[in-house]
Amino acid sequence: MIGIVDYRAGNLTSVARALEYLREPSIVTRDYRKLDDASHIIFPGVGAAGAAMANLRESGLDRHLHRWVQEGKPVLGICLGTQVIFDYSEEDDTDCLGIVPGSVRRFPADLRADDRRLKIPHMGWNHVAFRNEHPVFAGIPEEAEFYFVHAYYPEPSDQRWAIGWTDYGIRFCAAVAQGNLVAVQFHPEKSGRPGLAILANFCRWGGNHAQ
Amino acid sequence: MLSKRIIPCLDVRAGKLTKGVKFQGNIDIGDPVEAARSYYEQGADEIVFYDITASTEGRAIMIDVVRRVAETIFIPFSVGGGIRTVEDMRQVILAGAEKVSVNTEAVKNPTIISEGARTFGSQCIVLGMDVRRIPATLEIPTGYEMVIHGGRTPTGIDALWWAKEAERLGAGEICLNSIDADGTQDGYEVSLTALISSNVRIPVIASGGAGRPEHLLDVLTRGQADAALIASMVHYRTFTIAEIKTFLHDRNVKTRRHW
Repeated sequence: MIGIVDYRAGNLTSVARALEYLREPSIVTRDYRKLDDASHIIFPGVGAAGAAMANLRESGLDRHLHRWVQEGKPVLGICLGTQVIFDYSEEDDTDCLGIVPGSVRRFPADLRADDRRLKIPHMGWNHVAFRNEHPVFAGIPEEAEFYFVHAYYPEPSDQRWAIGWTDYGIRFCAAVAQGNLVAVQFHPEKSGRPGLAILANFCRWGGNHAQ
Repeated sequence: MLSKRIIPCLDVRAGKLTKGVKFQGNIDIGDPVEAARSYYEQGADEIVFYDITASTEGRAIMIDVVRRVAETIFIPFSVGGGIRTVEDMRQVILAGAEKVSVNTEAVKNPTIISEGARTFGSQCIVLGMDVRRIPATLEIPTGYEMVIHGGRTPTGIDALWWAKEAERLGAGEICLNSIDADGTQDGYEVSLTALISSNVRIPVIASGGAGRPEHLLDVLTRGQADAALIASMVHYRTFTIAEIKTFLHDRNVKTRRHW
């Protein structure tokens, strides 16, 4: 059973629907006991970091997320879920979970490419260059693209955490991995076949990966 | 770098496509769920549904369509038409749509944009704009006027002013339709698209007038559009999405080519 953490951060049903399509049983819940029973944890979310952290603290899910990562349960962060596992986010000047060392920054206002000012948010399909072979990203073709929608991007302070990179005016970290934790800035549940492949890989993953 | 998005638009009335979509073997598909699935498999980057049903029963049928689409395709899709309240938005989003678009209602009641953005996040709120060209006036200095009710009612509002205002209110994206170009298959309104897209920070989807791949090339380069809406040119199988993407790729416009 895959546990999807519900912390009032947007509509989480799209992840559940993708898992249903993959025939992976899942539960969307804010009850930590049910999440304790899950073999894997998916931590999704859209919205703002400030409200998300307030909901996590109020529900106590912040402590349980730390615990699941420490206990070795496979954990997958998606989009806002990925951003709040860092120490700090510039969005709403928010202290975050501090599971991954580093910060989440806003795309610079004068972001440019080919002499054109780039739109913010970064919305649409883009490449991710994966740095090494990780079981969750195994078999993903190099030319695959993923669906992004975000105005802030993760910046790990220890580059060993970064496993995937994307170009949008600047080169930013689109995927981090360490031990049993994997987190992506894009939406695998909305990224067609390559995205579904990542979710399927995650559901089969035991949570071990040496960098 | 970000790919330019190619987005088929499906018009739905009472749970059925208003015009059948032709697929392999010229089979006519009237079911929006099947049509969406087919476009998903053919490489659409996103899908737009426009619900032209007005009745309450019609809306309930559309919500069911949205739910079934969300179970079958795993790319973003949006739903527009007849969205009048934040509660209407909630139903569509909970049924599984990524985005909702508001058009007439946003002009009449702009707070639906800010309330929608606050409740669901800006990324969920698309501002649909129907625009016609007129001689420039004091009120409408760009010569592009907002029209509502499917293009029937002029508003006296300048399109550029409205685009910036909607961005300020929290719209996450603009779907910009030229009433003059719509249905002509003669090409997009490129100067309108460039004007709006270069003056807002949010992505702009160009709509109205697509007939040939050259039209998409033009609006995605000179028009500075971030995405292009297409309808008849793919519904009648004049072109496939793969052909359009190959055409653009060969002319240095980045599109998503693996799906």
